[in-house]
Amino acid sequence: MIGEEEEEDARIPISQRPEWADVRPVPQDDGPNPVVPIAYTDEFSETMDYFRAVYLADERSPRALQLTKEAIFLNSGNYTVWQFRRLILEALNADLCAELNFVNQIARENSKNYQIWHHRRWVAEKLGSEVASKELEFTKEIFSQDAKNYHAWSHRQWVLQALGGWEDELAFCDELLEDDIFNNSAWNQRYFVVTRSPLLGGLDAMRDSEVAYAVKAILAKPENESPWRYLRGLYKNDIKSLVNDPRVASVCLDVLTDKRNLVHALNMLLDLLCNDYQPSNEMKDAVDGVAPESNPPGTNLVERVCSVLIMVDPIRANYWEWRKSTVCVQD
Amino acid sequence: MADMRATKSQEEQWMVQNQVFRIYDLVYRLPPHAQSVNFELRRENHIEYLTKSLKQLGPSFSVLDANRPWLCYWIMHSIALLGDCVDDELENDTIDFLQRCQDPNGGYGGGPGQMPHLATTYAAINTLITVGGHRSLSSINRKKLYAFLLRMKDSSGGFRMHDGGEVDVRACYTAISVASVLNILDERLIQNVGDYIVSCQTYEGGIAGEPGSEAHGGYTFCGLAAMVLINEVNRLDLPGLINWLVFRQGVECGFQGRTNKLVDGCYSFWQGGVAAIVQRLHLMVNEQLGLPNTFKYDCKTESDDDSSNSDGESYSEGASSPLNDICEPIQEGQSNASPPTESNNIGYNFIKGPIGMRPIFNSMALQQYILLCSQEEAGFRDKPGKRRDHYHTCYVLSGLSVCHYSNTKEADSPPLPGHVMGPYSNLLEPVHPLYNIVLDRYHDAYKFFARS
Ligand SMILES: [Zn+2]
Repeated sequence: MIGEEEEEDARIPISQRPEWADVRPVPQDDGPNPVVPIAYTDEFSETMDYFRAVYLADERSPRALQLTKEAIFLNSGNYTVWQFRRLILEALNADLCAELNFVNQIARENSKNYQIWHHRRWVAEKLGSEVASKELEFTKEIFSQDAKNYHAWSHRQWVLQALGGWEDELAFCDELLEDDIFNNSAWNQRYFVVTRSPLLGGLDAMRDSEVAYAVKAILAKPENESPWRYLRGLYKNDIKSLVNDPRVASVCLDVLTDKRNLVHALNMLLDLLCNDYQPSNEMKDAVDGVAPESNPPGTNLVERVCSVLIMVDPIRANYWEWRKSTVCVQD
Repeated sequence: MADMRATKSQEEQWMVQNQVFRIYDLVYRLPPHAQSVNFELRRENHIEYLTKSLKQLGPSFSVLDANRPWLCYWIMHSIALLGDCVDDELENDTIDFLQRCQDPNGGYGGGPGQMPHLATTYAAINTLITVGGHRSLSSINRKKLYAFLLRMKDSSGGFRMHDGGEVDVRACYTAISVASVLNILDERLIQNVGDYIVSCQTYEGGIAGEPGSEAHGGYTFCGLAAMVLINEVNRLDLPGLINWLVFRQGVECGFQGRTNKLVDGCYSFWQGGVAAIVQRLHLMVNEQLGLPNTFKYDCKTESDDDSSNSDGESYSEGASSPLNDICEPIQEGQSNASPPTESNNIGYNFIKGPIGMRPIFNSMALQQYILLCSQEEAGFRDKPGKRRDHYHTCYVLSGLSVCHYSNTKEADSPPLPGHVMGPYSNLLEPVHPLYNIVLDRYHDAYKFFARS
């Protein structure tokens, strides 16, 4: 181990490497009085000076490839270096599996950078469907550290669509949601699978079982916004069917009757009521059961729902006031 | 039972929530004078932090070496929001530096000699407009920039960030925003970009970076602002977007970026900006809700309290078309220029008229989070426990400005003291919410580019 560290410390300046003797470094053209000047380390300046030299000369050589690697280790956000690296990889017909390993290394250090993921997508696309499972495995590894990593989720969706590997995706969502039912990224992925997987028959085929899944999650944790939005999403562009599915009104009723964590249930009920849902007496009673006394049972149910929300959800009082006012006009 | 065990999301949420509540509790227990100090915007400190950074940054900033125009924008825009500006020399140095980032074939890179990139182009243009003046605005090669934007147009209708770069909603916004503000937006640039953005609105109501991804505050701002600028915002499900948006403000009083994620100061603008834009889309929202286009839910001031209905319902005269507020022809006398093409008026007309709708978010709560939890001795941060940076300073201040003006009837009319948390001297400059540029700088640029 000590030997390895020493090796890293003993970086030989590029200017002293024989293979670079013929190259003249190009300093950054910052001008006499640059703003936001960065006090670069010598290593950073030198590496970038040599990078500029090969970039300007458009030198697509093995040594240039090696240099881009050094530059990326110093700043993985430099998209110019990444783009030039892709040109070199193409020109040299380089081994792209090795490239994937290189990206692994960078991504583990900094997984929240656009360039790494864009590069990875480029490499994986060239390698084709044979790396699909490897790519899915890689994102899974990222999720074990950060289950909501936005770039990793985008990459995973791209892999599924471009390279395949849908077989176990719904089970993967199950697994993540079982681990953390509040993980909205996993809910979003579930929606993605249910609506787009070529193996599941699409939303129409899946809706029934998914409604049941969402309802179960809601009843377990009514304060969890994710399954409520998911449930609503299952009837996207088909609000009539949302209103006509008795399980939707029923889950609202169950939560309201429990008198705790009312906000999402009332939000859903409001949606139903604004779309010609005819409330049962039971539902009316449940709303009355949580309504403030200042709002006598005689008034319009939508107004009463809004009044409850203004009271129990004060951070959104402005919004509920607005919703209330729009209902008054419609009637 | 698995149910009894807190999940990772819950644990993290409770930790942050408790930390935030502890801060509020501490401050509200202080005697009045000591308490009021906590609500003061530490203006001088912020300006000093920002100005120093403009002059020198340490080696750790090497990771932002491909984002230097962003650093310029975050700093200059923050200083402008604070009602200040840097001295002439620094302004000239900024223009000169960005000139070195400008590519001979159009667009701006992350530093001198780097490839042009849409995001750094947006940052550079917004910086130059914030600096203002003839030298600054005329340093932009608009003809070449237009060619760069066209080169970045993807067959999907979206834009790619740079040659060989990624296509996403951020790229669409930055391309459309600079084209609009520079008066070079045309049909070729607009073509099909709306299709791409519409395909990114998710089942939750917010907008994602790519089709299929998760609804996200940053992309929702970008997508909504771009759709307004190309005059296609009615293609989005606005009531759904609004419902998603208002639920992003949580018990901590600040905004989160996505459902069940943690509060973060920078979403004060990304989400707050969406709220500010929505307040001017009332006619479109009414139309989608099937309401008469005479329905009004506008800001009440003390003087007209008695003239409007107690339940917030009143009727306006004259509003006949849902597109009225953003498609009016340019007013005479605003500039002696020939009127620019229609798509380039949108940003101007958007900000011109009265604000049609009261705020739908909780402005005072957000101001409290910003002042007590995001503000450091100098600079702003994501949340307690995180370190300040220029990005968060910029977007927290932008969000604070949005709060200050969220109850005004016109974009630049001074808010009532009751709408500014803390002393009235906390008041910031207003911004144009579609571009996030301080309003008077925007107007100067609008006049400049309408002429040429
Ligand atoms: Zn942030």
